[in-house]
Order: sequence, then structure tokens, then C-alpha cells
Amino acid sequence: MTPLAAHLLVAALLFAIGLAGALTRRNAILVLIGIELMLNAANLNFIAFWRYSPHPEALTGMMFAIFSIAVAAAEAAVGLGLVIAIHRHLHSTDLDQMNRMKG
Amino acid sequence: MFQTFDQIFILLRDWVLGFLPVGLRPGAGVVLGVVAIVCVFPALFALTVLLERKGLGRMQNRPGPNRVGPFGLLQPIADAIKSLTKEDIVPTTANGFIHFLAPLVLVVAVFMGFAVLPMGRNMVLVDMDCALLFYFAMGASSELAVFMAGWSSRNKYSLLGAMRAVAQMISYEVILLLSGLAVVMITGSLSLTRIVEAQNQYTGIFPHWNIFTPWGLAGFLMYAIAATAETNRSPFDLPEGESELVAGYHTEYSGFKFALFFLGEYLAMFSISGLGSTLFLGGWSAPFSFLQWVPSWIWFFSKLMLSIFVFIWMRGTLPRLRQDQLMNFAWKFVLPFTLYNLMVTALWRFLGEGWQRWVVCTVLVVAGYVLLGRVSMRREHFGPRSYRYAE
Amino acid sequence: MSVIFWLISAITLGGALFAVLLKNTVHCALALTVAFAGLAFLFLGLDAQFAGFAQIMVYIGAVAILVVFAILLTRGSETPKGSVYSRYAFSGLVAAAGVFAVLGWAVLQSARVLPNEAQTPIATAQQIGVALVGRYVLPLEIVALLLTVATIGAVIVALHEKEGK
Repeated sequence: MTPLAAHLLVAALLFAIGLAGALTRRNAILVLIGIELMLNAANLNFIAFWRYSPHPEALTGMMFAIFSIAVAAAEAAVGLGLVIAIHRHLHSTDLDQMNRMKG
Repeated sequence: MFQTFDQIFILLRDWVLGFLPVGLRPGAGVVLGVVAIVCVFPALFALTVLLERKGLGRMQNRPGPNRVGPFGLLQPIADAIKSLTKEDIVPTTANGFIHFLAPLVLVVAVFMGFAVLPMGRNMVLVDMDCALLFYFAMGASSELAVFMAGWSSRNKYSLLGAMRAVAQMISYEVILLLSGLAVVMITGSLSLTRIVEAQNQYTGIFPHWNIFTPWGLAGFLMYAIAATAETNRSPFDLPEGESELVAGYHTEYSGFKFALFFLGEYLAMFSISGLGSTLFLGGWSAPFSFLQWVPSWIWFFSKLMLSIFVFIWMRGTLPRLRQDQLMNFAWKFVLPFTLYNLMVTALWRFLGEGWQRWVVCTVLVVAGYVLLGRVSMRREHFGPRSYRYAE
Repeated sequence: MSVIFWLISAITLGGALFAVLLKNTVHCALALTVAFAGLAFLFLGLDAQFAGFAQIMVYIGAVAILVVFAILLTRGSETPKGSVYSRYAFSGLVAAAGVFAVLGWAVLQSARVLPNEAQTPIATAQQIGVALVGRYVLPLEIVALLLTVATIGAVIVALHEKEGK
């Protein structure tokens, strides 16, 4: 197996684990943890393709990964702020209980 | 001959490596460097613990430890024996695995920071292109260890101390980064060896250290404040304040694990002082051009011990800041001033050589400091006192 | 592939697995930190030093601490009484397994035609800086605006409103 294929497989497995976590857990924060894992898997994909590409001096993959890290941090902040606000309202973070629009 | 003294450790290492086959030499060179760091800095830690206790004692008009050995010089050995032989108490409800890992993660993260500090001419363990970024990445990793220690103890006071410590550390981390950024902007590189070499030049007898420029002085003062807060030293030591929180996040640690926390805190102090002297005080360069015959590593360690002395001095002199005063200070004064300092640094770079930039930048820095201080750190006006009695 | 790569991948995937499987939320957050650290080492192995150190600084130094703070502020540190998995857990697992099957098959099928330059690229911080203010200046400014808006928005969303509003 070529190194690029190995890295892509690891990234795919990481993505699947993140997706499983986001879809199966009750706690809203664990869904956010799953989302962070998925974003990281995509970053690994970008860096792996940048490293083994024919023109790495264009730095495209690296730039994408850096911007993705910045945006993911911002999105984690907003998402966790939302979870805290919802907890203050409903006194629980259980997603199975948040199935009504009526506050 | 002075060149030999300057490079004596490098020559020693090359002599030892000469006995090994060629294939093993790079790995063995790194191992030798790691062994040197692991031996030198904990020894310096033992010396500093003694210096701190005696220094604080003298500042508080008492002699400090003077029973063990002449003038108390063997006190560190007594302390080491005590912490190694004390019983290791772990609370039954504590999370055993994380409780065990927390001091290890802290000490490992702090030791990694030493790998990029240039301790003398050609004496850096790893000469990286993004050395400053690596240093701050390792600093960021040590914050999580503090949280792990506080949370795994299952103790309200520990958790409170850990949360306060983490909040303080993340606030002042940004300020540390931004003060360092001014130096990077002028030097044009993140590599610490390049930063020191850029400061190793002399006009007449005076060196080109960054602290002798207006933006450098402001940056160094902000860096010093942020460094004191990062290592939880007084006057920012509320997270481990002995009178408020027992011992904060390391309440439930005893024996060797407590010694590891203590070691981690002092090593963090050394490493952040080392970085401060590299960025602003010229690293291993001599203060006057006629003093260049003194070996470079002596200058580095002198500057390090000077910074440690200033830390101890501040601890013995200044009262403790309350948590909200600390956070207000960081976000409302120090951070805006650091950003303003960045702009003044950029102006310095683009005004070109000459006396004009000195005058303009000095005026701007002083004006910014005074105005920002007046605007953002206004004292609250207290109204008439009201009393609430317990019913 | 070298032993170190497989070891670091095992640590990363182990950390990710524990992050989604453990019952106590704080343990999950700490396992997530291990996964982030493993990923940073993978980046360093791919000669992307800037991305690796930025990953440690941003993810371990900021996002992990944010997650831990949120867990503590929403009383998530006690072990939950009921099951930690939602009612529709099984279909979620099937979906994730399906996604991995498709991606894995795609990678293994195309292993022959994937590019595979062995030469180490050099991405110094200076080149990244030049690219950021040269070719990628528009994304840089937009990300700056986005971060400002996100910070202000997160503070407003989580702000504790005064009683009697």
C-alpha cells in the first residue's frame, strides 16, 4: 500500500468514527466532538494529498488545512455556546428530549 | 582560547561521539543533548528552590532555612528526600488513571519547551524553522494537564483552582504570543537562532537587543506580565493561593507527584524566562561589545537567573490580584496595548533608519500607555456602604 | 509504511474510538485530546510542520479546553443514569459503517493511480506567510471577519441574561 493510500484510509476510518459518534450519542457535546473528529479527518486528507502531489510548492493543501483549523475553532466556540444556552433553558443536554420547537 | 571555552560543550559532545560508529552519531548526539538538559535544569531547580526560600525570607526580614548544612545550602537535598519518601495518598473516589497522568503530562510538556532554546552559540538542541510556534504549542499543552489534575481529584477546591488557573492561562497565552510577534515581525523569522543572531550586533559598545527599542521595552514588559501569569506566580497566583484554596489544583497530591508539580512549575518559569531573554534580552549575546570574550552560555544562564530573581522579588513584594481584577487587566489593558505595540512596531520597521523613528515610536508608545490606562482601567467609584446581615 | 506511522495511527484511532464510546463525558474529551495529538504527529510525519504545530496550539490548547469548560458548565461531568446512546443508535452505526466502506473501497481501488511523489516538499513559515498575504489574502480577510463575528456571536448566545427581563 502506498503511503498516500495508508493516510487516506486512516482519514476515512477517523471520519467514520466521528460520524458514528455524532449520530449515536445522546449528549449534544459528544455530537460536537464527533464533528471535530470529522473536520480533523478532512484536514488529514488535505495534508496527505498536498504532501504527495506533483506541485507542493503551490501550498494549496496546507492553506486549506490551516483555514479549516481556524474555522473549526470558531465553529466549536459557537456550537458550545449554543449548547450552554440550551442547557440553561431545558436543564439537560439530552438530544432525545429536544424534539419539540416549543420552548 | 576564549573560543574554546565558548564551544566547550560542543567540543565535548563531538569528542564523545567520535567513539561511536558513524551510523549511530546523529541519534546519540540528540540523546546527549537531552541528557544534558534533563540534568542541568532540575539541578538549577534545586538551586532556585533554595534561593527562593532564602530570598523571600530575607525580604520578609527572616533568615530562611539555615539548619541543613552551612547557610542552609543542603536544604534541597532534604526536600528531595522528604518528597521521595512521603506516602503517596490518592483519594478513593479520585479518577486513578488521570490523577496519575496529570503531573507526567505537565512535566513532559514543559521539558519539550527547552528543546528549542538557544543556550549558547551553536548550542540549541533542535534548530527548527518554526521554533517559536513549537514553543507556544508546548505551552498550550500544559494547560490541559492542570485541568486534569484539578478534575481528577474529585474535590471542589481543586476543581475551582484548576478552572481559575486554566482561565488565567488561556487569557495570558494570547498576550504572550502577541508580544513575541512584534519581535518576529522585525526579525522576519520564527527561528530562535535567527532572532538571537539579529540581536548579536553592536553599534559602538551597545548591543542591538530588542529591549533597547521603544516597542521592545513595551513588549518586554507585557511579556513579563504574561509570563508571571502563565506560570501562576505571584501576584497572579490565586489558583494556588495558600490562603484561599488550600493548594488549588494540586491539593490532593502528595509525595513525589507533588514534587513533580513543583518541578513543572519551576521548569516552566525557567523556560519562559529563557524565551524572554532570547526574544528581548539578546539570548546568549554579551551586553557590551568588549565583553564578548565571556562564553555565550554564561550570558544566557545569567540572564535566566536574573529573570528568576525578578520573579522571586515580585513574589515577595506585590500583593495578590483577585481573579476578576486579573482577567480585567488582561483583556482590557494588556491585550489592547499589545496590539497597539504591534502597530508601533510596524511603524518602526517602515520609518527606516534614523533618529526620527526613535522619537516617533517612543512618543506613540508612551501616549498609548497613558491613554489606555486612563480609559480602560478607570477605578470604580464606590457608593455609600450598605450592609446585609444574616437572618 | 514505517512502524511509527502505524503506531501513531493506532493511537489516533484509539483515542477517537474512546472519545465516542466512553460513558463519562470528561473522559471522552481527554481521549479526544489524545486523538488531536496523534493527528498533529501525523502532520509532522507528512512534513507539514506549520500545520502540525498550529493543530496542537489551536485544537489541544483551545478547542479541547473549550469542550471541557462546556462539559463542566452543563453538568456533564457526572456519569449519566440512563443509556448514553440514543434510540436511533443502530441506524447511525450502519450509516457510519457504510460511509467507511465506500471511502475505503474508493481508496483501495484507486491506489494505483494516486500521485506518489517521494521528494520532501519544503514549506517554510516564510513561504506560508507570503502565500497568505499574496494569493490567499481574500480568504485570510474573510476568516478574520468570520472569527470576529463568531466570537461576538458565541458571547451573546451564551450570555447570562439578567433576571426579570
